[in-house]
Amino acid sequence: MNEMWLGYCAAGLIGIGLYGLIVNPQPLHKILAFNIIGTGVFLVCAVVARRGAMPGMGGDPVPQALLITAIVVAFAASALAVALLVRLFEVEGRTTLDEDEVPPRTDRHGRGA
Amino acid sequence: MTTSGGLLLVLAVLAPFAAVMAGLVLGGRNAERVALATVGAGLVIAFEIARAVLASGQPMVYLLGGWAPPLGVALRADGLSVAMMLAVGVVIAGVAVYARADFGTPTGMHETRVSLTFWSLLMAAWGALNLVFVSGDVFTLYVALELLTFAGAPLVCLDGRGETLRAALRYLVFALLGSMVYLLGVFLLYGAYGTLDIAMLGERVAASPLTWSAAALMTTGLLAKTALFPVHLWLPPAHAGAPAAASAVLSALVIKGSWFLVVRLWLDVFPGIVTWSAAQWLAGLGVAAIVTGNLVALKQVRLKLLIAYSTVAQVGYLFLMFPLAAGARAAHVDDTAAVTGGMLQAISHATAKAAMFMAAGLIYTTLGHDRVAELRGAGRVLPMTMLAFALAGASLIGLPPSGGFLAKWLLMSAAFSSAQWWWALAMLIGGLLTSIYVFIVVMHALAPADVGWTPKRTVPGYQQGVVLALALCSFLLGAAALLPPDLMRVGRPHTAWVAP
Repeated sequence: MNEMWLGYCAAGLIGIGLYGLIVNPQPLHKILAFNIIGTGVFLVCAVVARRGAMPGMGGDPVPQALLITAIVVAFAASALAVALLVRLFEVEGRTTLDEDEVPPRTDRHGRGA
Repeated sequence: MTTSGGLLLVLAVLAPFAAVMAGLVLGGRNAERVALATVGAGLVIAFEIARAVLASGQPMVYLLGGWAPPLGVALRADGLSVAMMLAVGVVIAGVAVYARADFGTPTGMHETRVSLTFWSLLMAAWGALNLVFVSGDVFTLYVALELLTFAGAPLVCLDGRGETLRAALRYLVFALLGSMVYLLGVFLLYGAYGTLDIAMLGERVAASPLTWSAAALMTTGLLAKTALFPVHLWLPPAHAGAPAAASAVLSALVIKGSWFLVVRLWLDVFPGIVTWSAAQWLAGLGVAAIVTGNLVALKQVRLKLLIAYSTVAQVGYLFLMFPLAAGARAAHVDDTAAVTGGMLQAISHATAKAAMFMAAGLIYTTLGHDRVAELRGAGRVLPMTMLAFALAGASLIGLPPSGGFLAKWLLMSAAFSSAQWWWALAMLIGGLLTSIYVFIVVMHALAPADVGWTPKRTVPGYQQGVVLALALCSFLLGAAALLPPDLMRVGRPHTAWVAP
């Protein structure tokens, strides 16, 4: 029954993350939303590990190994996205992905913009 | 069981990544030297794998650490993997030669950021693609796809302009969402069947709501990364904004990685549970991509954006093989025509699109702009390049004897033999639309230049030569029909066409 609730939590997290990713135009929000989706997906993996446990063991070790790899990969992905975002702010002084807006003329390096 | 020569598969993946490390450590001009040496070595490895697989007629397998699946991880190269590895090796070699002029370290400087980054990312993308082609389990494929994204996104924004940074970020967001959705499908499959190995999953999967959800999630995630209509919006700014050599890698190769994974899933993991209507929907999206991509390409003012929208359309063709292969299987006949047609379409598009983007790069360097309506004089200054552009265009249109012709011929014959004529109609309309914009570009380029006009810069002859060579690869690929050995068939399940 415990796994059932964890599964619902995972579904909720994925739903919240998807909503945030689609609705919010700010790239930083999108990166955070991606991480929330990721947390939900990893929770699904944890549930899979728990349900696949052999008698007397806490969990199936294979999904746990996958989980660690996936967390590292997702962390690297977030780091790359944030690095791109910081660079975008340095170059343009703003962080929207919308091309229609006119970029601010002042302070091309974005300090304090 | 590890087959003889299986270690070559490990080398094919490791060599490019070793080159990334070595390039970073040695730095400066050495990164380029290491990359060029690795291109040579990697081509030899790819040809050796192809020779061994053709000689034995069996897929090549390597078990990492000697551990057999389901506990261990297997690398496996069947005919489809080998064909893609060869094509990618040839395109990477062409791009590497071309990029020496644009990304060489200038004399008098120890190291420039752009050239060091480019050579590292080129090798990283190659290693990741090889890993996609030889991975035998769905989780290693996830890691390989992520590596491909990490190499592809920075290639978009090599020049560091705000506009390309935005394109790279948007690409990254689509790609990350896609891979997370794919990963959810992987976990669901493991939870249900207790294995990640593609061959074992293929035997175990049963038609159930869970398998359908996993298949839908994994396919959707991969479509976002392949930029199939309607999730193609990130592609044109990303591919058109990058420098020419990077555009060639992104448009010709990187999107093929996630497409190849769809092929793996639909042909090897889920062949029994893919329904007729699901395959029709997938190819229906492909037709929508062909029509919208080509129509929007017609309206483009800039040549690189035109080529990028042409990629959106060509991605559509890649998905026509799925209902045709499924139709053949349902009728208990050989699905080789559909599968080979789809693979040839991928390979001929890879070579043709790389040639086109690099030709556009040479035109940009020579004229100082790439506005389609003002290309006059380009044909006079760059005759070889315009010939290459026209030959690559002929392959995209599907004129004989090009690879695109053979691919469309095979797909059309598969469409008629499985009584799905509407896909043939879509291919004809697509070819017609493609021919219009190829002719528009060539006509403008062949117009005589204004009196007294001189080119901004002259480009080295070897750059023109390598572009023409890649275009010729695509144009003459149709001759592959004359080759006796049927590489694509190696390792394909024979059950479907012996069964009736």
